[in-house]
Amino acid sequence: MTTAALSAAPAPRKFGVDVSKPVLYAFAAALCVLIVLPLSWLVLYSFTDAQGALTFSNFYRLFTESTFLEPLITTFIIATSSATICCAVAAPMGWLVARTDLPFSSVVRALVTASFVTPPFLGAIAWEILAAPNSGLLNKTYRAITGAGQDSHLFNIYSIEGIVFVISCYTFPYVFVLVANSLDRTPGELEDASSILGGGRWYTARRVTIPLVLPALLAGALVAFLQAMTLFGSPAILALPAGFHTMTTKIWSLFQFPPKPELAAAASLPLLILTVFLLRAEHMILGRRGFSVVGGKYGAPRLIPLHRWRWPASILCLMVLMLPVFLPYAALLNATFSPVATTFVTFKNATMHNVHFVLFELSAASLALKNTVILGTATATIGTAIALVIAYVAARQAVPGHRLLGFLATAPIAIPGIVLGVGLFLSYTRPPFVLYGTLWILLIAFVTIALPSAYQQLRAAIRSIHPELEDASRILGATRLRSLWQITAPLLRTGVIATWCFVFVGVMRELSAAIILFTSETKVISVLIYDLNESGDLGAISVIGIGMLIITFAVVIAVNRIPGFGNVRFRT
Amino acid sequence: MRLSKLTRRDVLIGSSALAMGAAFSTGVMSAAPPASAITPELIAAAKKEGKVVWYTSVDLPLAEKVAKAFEAKYPGVVVRVERSGAERVFQRIGQEYGSKIYACDVVNSSDAAHSIVWKKQNMLEAFVPEDVAKFYPAEHKDVDGQFASFRIWVSIIAYNTDLVKKEDAPKSFADLLDPKWKGKMVKAHPGYSGTIMTATFQMQRDLGWGYFEKLAAQNVMQVQSSADPPKRLALGERAVMADGNEYNIFEIGEKGGPVAPVYATEGSPLIIGPTAVFKAAPNPNAAKLFTAYSFSQECQQLIIDVGGLRSVHPQTKDKPGRIPFKDIKVMKDDPAGVEAMSDEIKQRYSKIFKV
Repeated sequence: MTTAALSAAPAPRKFGVDVSKPVLYAFAAALCVLIVLPLSWLVLYSFTDAQGALTFSNFYRLFTESTFLEPLITTFIIATSSATICCAVAAPMGWLVARTDLPFSSVVRALVTASFVTPPFLGAIAWEILAAPNSGLLNKTYRAITGAGQDSHLFNIYSIEGIVFVISCYTFPYVFVLVANSLDRTPGELEDASSILGGGRWYTARRVTIPLVLPALLAGALVAFLQAMTLFGSPAILALPAGFHTMTTKIWSLFQFPPKPELAAAASLPLLILTVFLLRAEHMILGRRGFSVVGGKYGAPRLIPLHRWRWPASILCLMVLMLPVFLPYAALLNATFSPVATTFVTFKNATMHNVHFVLFELSAASLALKNTVILGTATATIGTAIALVIAYVAARQAVPGHRLLGFLATAPIAIPGIVLGVGLFLSYTRPPFVLYGTLWILLIAFVTIALPSAYQQLRAAIRSIHPELEDASRILGATRLRSLWQITAPLLRTGVIATWCFVFVGVMRELSAAIILFTSETKVISVLIYDLNESGDLGAISVIGIGMLIITFAVVIAVNRIPGFGNVRFRT
Repeated sequence: MRLSKLTRRDVLIGSSALAMGAAFSTGVMSAAPPASAITPELIAAAKKEGKVVWYTSVDLPLAEKVAKAFEAKYPGVVVRVERSGAERVFQRIGQEYGSKIYACDVVNSSDAAHSIVWKKQNMLEAFVPEDVAKFYPAEHKDVDGQFASFRIWVSIIAYNTDLVKKEDAPKSFADLLDPKWKGKMVKAHPGYSGTIMTATFQMQRDLGWGYFEKLAAQNVMQVQSSADPPKRLALGERAVMADGNEYNIFEIGEKGGPVAPVYATEGSPLIIGPTAVFKAAPNPNAAKLFTAYSFSQECQQLIIDVGGLRSVHPQTKDKPGRIPFKDIKVMKDDPAGVEAMSDEIKQRYSKIFKV
């Protein structure tokens, strides 16, 4: 750093052109186009009929016809129940991990991360193999043990309850991370004070700990609600066989032949409005969280001894985590080597047929893999770069209007993937930007989707670096861009790498925008898996799914190996 | 196999041929080009292009087998199979052409109505492979040489032999409405599958929509592809399939899977899957080579032996143990009828079955 600053010194300031402002304004303009263009088309389309005339009939149909009202109600039921279950499971687990001497708490955290990075659609297919009423492995086992008749079953995954369960499996990590992070940050002194003043353990929990963590829990509930509401893959895989739609599958079905984009746009708007509304609510709740850290540095909270409950609690946590991780992974592994997906593999019947099929026969696989890798790399690189610039500007308040940039970078969080997909489809299938059919349209979608979380991660990383280092460089004559490159960038390296990897993993699991935007030449792995599911090729799905999981975990483990980033957590 | 052996009742053949002829032709005069043989020049030109993209709704493992057999015969030309349900393939091509994306070389749909639409829109290349010109019956090739029947099969009822005894198995579509099958059936979707679109058209015509309304009350498991119900039967997920591909049932059953076909007494919907080359094909020579190969005796015998499909190529042989096609009572096919009604079918179907 010293050499960098010194070498910058001879350059007299007046010859250095500070290009940062034009660059930043260009960023703001680009972001506006990225976000505003698809949403404008979405709104425009929702108010026009098939001929392009202004009309309210799309919304009239949406709120009067039962084919639209029923999915709306179903979605609401699913989202509410999933959010409730997520909170009921994740809050106690977060508390156990963050605040008690739970054995294997790091294992629990790792498994939560595993369920977080598992693509929800893959989890849904795995649970199909496990809990389809007749052929599901769990139901088969149940019948074998109890001798129950062919018609009886323990679980039926093709039901609202089944969907709520599967969605909860892959949504509860959002709540867990928020609650555990909040408990990690909450100063232990407040609880100590309560104990010193004579409060019992439960009294302290009730009067101090729970109120402190409540905002994070409510925020988690909202995020879980939004996730459950906007997910496409799981309901498409589980609800359609059961004979009902959710809003996302309905929007998607409106894109099937003959496509009705104006109705799809109209059906997208309620999701968008509800999301914006709930995020405002979350912001208001989280806005109050500040009180918990007022007062600066506190010691790490004291861990509460669980005594004789230590092992039961630990075992309970691991048993809960069997549901999103162990059981589905085992089901996929079984289906990979089994002649029929729902037959248990034995030494006698084990087969490499599925592996062979995927590796040597499935001709769409290599193109899909190539597209996914290109898109993952490009999205991660571009997304991280944009997020880095904006996070820097917002954290350093470098230009007027930095707040707007920060807002634009977080705004896409309010756009559900499938809604963004519809908006982008409407925007980029017409001149002047005909991007449909190219990887660009998917790149735009994925960057937009990845931006909020990348921005939040990097802003946190930048805030941890004191501005005085840059100030020193600038006093010595470097332009802002130069000090950014020579001083800040090296310090941010680990944060940037971590963000890059998480965006990459995020691209692999994205289905809801890709399903609207793909063409045969631009198919990605998630869409390929969805295609295979529609024709019932569970063996091939299992092979590809396991491959996906291996890549994902390699990336996650690599990130965790970066020094100083041992406990990076996903933010959403 | 000549057409006179194809269907049991001559009346049916006559009317079917008439309907096909009417549907397949746009004018009185045939504009079909002369037959094209597989020449060394064509092979060389195809190799230069190096690849061919085949949009199809044939069950994926079979489609990939055809692709691999072609690649083995003509090394240097790689086939990429784009498989989805025929209705999805149709939508995909429409959407892509609407955005001026011409990615598809050869198409094989399980909804014969699609060829009529593409022909009307002037999207198809007139190309008559030698085998088609020489051997294929007139009612299985377009008068203008733009498409011909690559495969033939029926949509059938079937059951899982572990879960249902032969004597208890349903015999007819009417039997499926028995309360004892409530919650035990699986069926595919006409919004995805061309087979089911065609079957639904024939069944609503012959049995009425009332049949589907009663079937919907039976709590059926709704999957998408017509290749999926046979697979769900093999898993043991449901005991009976209300519709689905005959060829998957053969393929699974002959490998020892616990499935058996039922040919409904009302007749089984007849499905015809034409293949066509697109005018805007990015690999025109490879497209022609692949199409010529797919109509050859060799490939037709492959789709019979490996896939369980039927062929109109007279030099092919039925696989022993399968019911000969001429012994199956089929419903009359009518691609033009399907074309006229497909949107209505999708709408009514999703109203009745909720998805």
